[in-house]
Amino acid sequence: MSKVIENLRYSKDHEWVRIEGDLAYVGITDHAQQELGEIVFVELPPLGERYRKGEEISTVESVKAASAIINPIEGVVKEANEDLDGSPELINEDCYTHHLYILTSFSEDDYGELLDAEAYQSYLETL
Amino acid sequence: MREPLLIDQSKQGRKAYCYPPLDLPKGFSQALPPLPKSIQREQLARLPEVSELDVVRHFTRLSTMAHGVDNGMYPLGSCTMKYNPKLSEHIAKMDAFTKIHPLQDVSTTQGSLSIMFNLLEDLSSITGMKWGTLQPLAGAHGEYTGLKMVKAYFEKRGETGRTKILIPSSAHGTNPASAMVNGFEVLSIEANEKGQVDLDDLEAKLDDSVAAVMMTNPNTLGIFEQDILIISKMVHAHGAMMYYDGANMNAILGMATPGEMGFDVVHLNLHKTFATPHGGGGPGSGPVMVNDALRPFLPKPDIQLTDSGYVLDWESEDSIGKVSMFWGNFLVLLRAYVYILRMGSEGLRSASAHAVLNANYVAKRLADVCEIPYGTQCMHEFVISLEEYRQKYGIRAQDVAKALIDKGYHPPTMYFPSLVSEALMIEPTESESLETLEAFILVFRSILAQAKEDPEYVKGAPYSTPVGRLDEVKAIKEPNLRY
Amino acid sequence: MIYPYIPHTDEDRKIMLEAIGLSSMEELFSGLSEDILLSDSVPISQGRTEDEVQRMIDSIAQRNVRGIPFLGCGCYDHIVPSTVEALSSLPSFVTAYTPYQAEMSQGLLQAIYEFQSMVCEITSMDVANASLYDGANAATEAASLMVSAKRHASVVLVSSTIHPFTLQVLQTWAKGTGRTLRLVAEKDGVVDLSLLPSLLDADCAGLIVQSPNRYGLLESYEGVAEILHEQKALLAISNDPLSLAMQKSPGEWGADVAIGDTQSLGLPLAYGGPSCGYMAVKEALLRKLPGRLVGMSEDAKGRKGFTLTFQAREQHIKRERATSNICSNHALAALMTTIHLSSLGWDGMVEAANQSYAKAHYLAYHLAQLPGMTLVWDKPFWCEFPLVFSDPKRLRKFMQELRNEGIFAGVRLSTLTRQVKDELVLLVAVTEKRSREELELYLAAARRVMK
Repeated sequence: MSKVIENLRYSKDHEWVRIEGDLAYVGITDHAQQELGEIVFVELPPLGERYRKGEEISTVESVKAASAIINPIEGVVKEANEDLDGSPELINEDCYTHHLYILTSFSEDDYGELLDAEAYQSYLETL
Repeated sequence: MREPLLIDQSKQGRKAYCYPPLDLPKGFSQALPPLPKSIQREQLARLPEVSELDVVRHFTRLSTMAHGVDNGMYPLGSCTMKYNPKLSEHIAKMDAFTKIHPLQDVSTTQGSLSIMFNLLEDLSSITGMKWGTLQPLAGAHGEYTGLKMVKAYFEKRGETGRTKILIPSSAHGTNPASAMVNGFEVLSIEANEKGQVDLDDLEAKLDDSVAAVMMTNPNTLGIFEQDILIISKMVHAHGAMMYYDGANMNAILGMATPGEMGFDVVHLNLHKTFATPHGGGGPGSGPVMVNDALRPFLPKPDIQLTDSGYVLDWESEDSIGKVSMFWGNFLVLLRAYVYILRMGSEGLRSASAHAVLNANYVAKRLADVCEIPYGTQCMHEFVISLEEYRQKYGIRAQDVAKALIDKGYHPPTMYFPSLVSEALMIEPTESESLETLEAFILVFRSILAQAKEDPEYVKGAPYSTPVGRLDEVKAIKEPNLRY
Repeated sequence: MIYPYIPHTDEDRKIMLEAIGLSSMEELFSGLSEDILLSDSVPISQGRTEDEVQRMIDSIAQRNVRGIPFLGCGCYDHIVPSTVEALSSLPSFVTAYTPYQAEMSQGLLQAIYEFQSMVCEITSMDVANASLYDGANAATEAASLMVSAKRHASVVLVSSTIHPFTLQVLQTWAKGTGRTLRLVAEKDGVVDLSLLPSLLDADCAGLIVQSPNRYGLLESYEGVAEILHEQKALLAISNDPLSLAMQKSPGEWGADVAIGDTQSLGLPLAYGGPSCGYMAVKEALLRKLPGRLVGMSEDAKGRKGFTLTFQAREQHIKRERATSNICSNHALAALMTTIHLSSLGWDGMVEAANQSYAKAHYLAYHLAQLPGMTLVWDKPFWCEFPLVFSDPKRLRKFMQELRNEGIFAGVRLSTLTRQVKDELVLLVAVTEKRSREELELYLAAARRVMK
């Protein structure tokens, strides 16, 4: 059983998005972090670059697997979570608090196309 | 560490090897200018300073902490760890082959060229294909080469929309990687409940954007794809090609050919099927054999037999070019050729028959103590699932594998293919006798029994090796990759 | 019937078939339809005994002719200590698989760790992998690495002085992938780096150069890394690793990637294969390094040990997102290099490099005195140099005369480039293995022909 949080939106690639004003926080879901196991490295995206929805933006690595992070909504990388540099396992501890990166100038339309908590939960059940 | 690094055994001034003194006229040597300072090396390099005996003892001791087919049974699924004939090793050390330079005039290398040409002829017969190349240096390299030829073929025909390769989800990791390196998109084909290619899923995904379907037969579950003729018909009907990953060729040597199954391009793993040694991870060799349609695209040079002998032919206009520095891993090709000479047509057929016999026997003898998801009627390998043991006793495939090490066996392949959970893939090969198989079976059964009785003990294995399970997370977080 | 390497007796087969519930070996293949199952085996020859095979091979072997090889171009005849053959033939090294089961493969893993370390030392780089197939494929892996390291960059700059075969392999690599090679022209036998600023743009992922280059000439890369880094592009330098005992190493030039082939460090000529590619990078590129990597770690009892690591980079995890598809590498060849280097030590490497340098210059100096041939450029070289002949007939006579003395005089550049304009250029390689006698034999024959 994995945890799904109410007020976030989700992609089928197991990323979550949280909007705070004009910033969009992006991270990976509980399902993803469980699948990966102990995370040993996070490749953070470069600042200031624009990524489209669906573009590979980052990689999260555990010992046995490397998971591509597919950017869920178009935007410009404002910040990457530097905490993950030294302590990538923070994502295992709390994947909804520890985001990967923050976007600005993001696409509202793309956000609208994401799954809400209920839809994501249903999607998880089909896997 | 049991055996210190050689660099740590060094003593300044110690030498293992001496060169004869430089025998040139003194006047010349003294007047010879050094390299311009701007391109001279300045940084010293730290290499061992030890005696010859130190070198010999070091590597001899290291070899006692390694395990080869020569040490014991190696049922590593998908790797075909069969016996490596010593005759091949002996011949591969002959000066007549090792002391020949690749760029010598072909009139002086007719021996080596005849071996390569004859090997191509034999491999063509064995695979039911028309001709091929010996240039690729490993299986994955063969995949890369074969797919590149497929791409070039469609480009020449103007069918540039064929951007996809369809690959069963159970395929070896090199398959999608090779497709991707060639700029293809990869689409997965689902397996049906029998573990074989789901024809409906294949039909749904086949269209004119598909360049090829890449598969192996038997598949990675050790099961023969019974609908293979239907599959190749379907694929050809959509104008796409059939690519055969030859990793599992040992199951059908002399019994069937990929050519008859409808494949258009085949790569072989000489270090699997043709008994050349694995060497701890290579060198191998991955020849690619093709049908007439793909023949013009073969890498150059091609080896041809003319009235004046064997030649290297560079004329092909449609060739994809070169994929390795010279002509292929010659000493590996030589070993494979020797193996084929020894075995002959009946011997090869017997090899696959006994490989399949051995796998079926082991499967049958283990069926009552573990789950074999796709049944005990297999080809040269089969996959067991220890999911039940995980759920009931907390024992994972990895634990059983490590426990086998304590008993002197190299474990089977773990966690592959991913469609089976807690998978162990067992491929005995034809080299193992009934007695060896029985000994393995008894040990395997006893470990599974112990897993039920004393799971904690099994989880802590191995105990008899110089080190236990290593902290893989630490290896990544605190990288130490060189002295 | 007993077949080679198959231990089963008739009784064994009987017992086993019974256990499986089958009555014949044929039934094992009942899953194969009639259309597929061959009625007879494949049409190749019958099997042979060891003695028959050896006789046949001996007869084939006689059709190879050996000579004193003044041949180079990527494959060199160096002195190799007897320890290399002896120790690399140890059965548990030869017949082992890739050391995925670390606990039972500490010896093999340690040997790879030592190889990685030695490659780093020689190239002055931070981390090296466990080997690649050969020098040409090391170049394609370097190109793949560069392209994956810079977003939106699909162009790789390549010096036109790299080995012609390496260039061909790179061209094949680029075919159909949307990547482009952009050649940097040569001037007076070396790469013309003054062209670099005009060729370098945001599309470029990096530059691949080689020294000694295809003509045997040594190149300088002063300031090149800096120019490339300004455009976020990478520098990859390919070398004959033995030459690094004399010439500046990639790390000292500020390169990001060091590549090459270790054939000149302990491997036989072997008609060109197997050789052994290597790649070493700066620490920042660790996660982009293709191939296998061995690292040190600890077990639960604190005992130090070696294990394959950073496997998340490799194809068996990343599958189609891997930047390389390499699986088997050239482990046993890398082991031979490791033993070779362990036997030579740094002093031995320097000695071999110096002697090769001296002997090559001795031969070049005296050949240049003869009419009808000259050293193409007056530029520094290590152990291989380019001679240009005034006419093709003399060149043919030259090569024939030396052949009569049992000497392979050199490689015609046209053999590599397949271009008519290169037919008069002969590339001559001289290693520390060439004795004074062999050198004088060469010169005597040359003088007879070219007088």
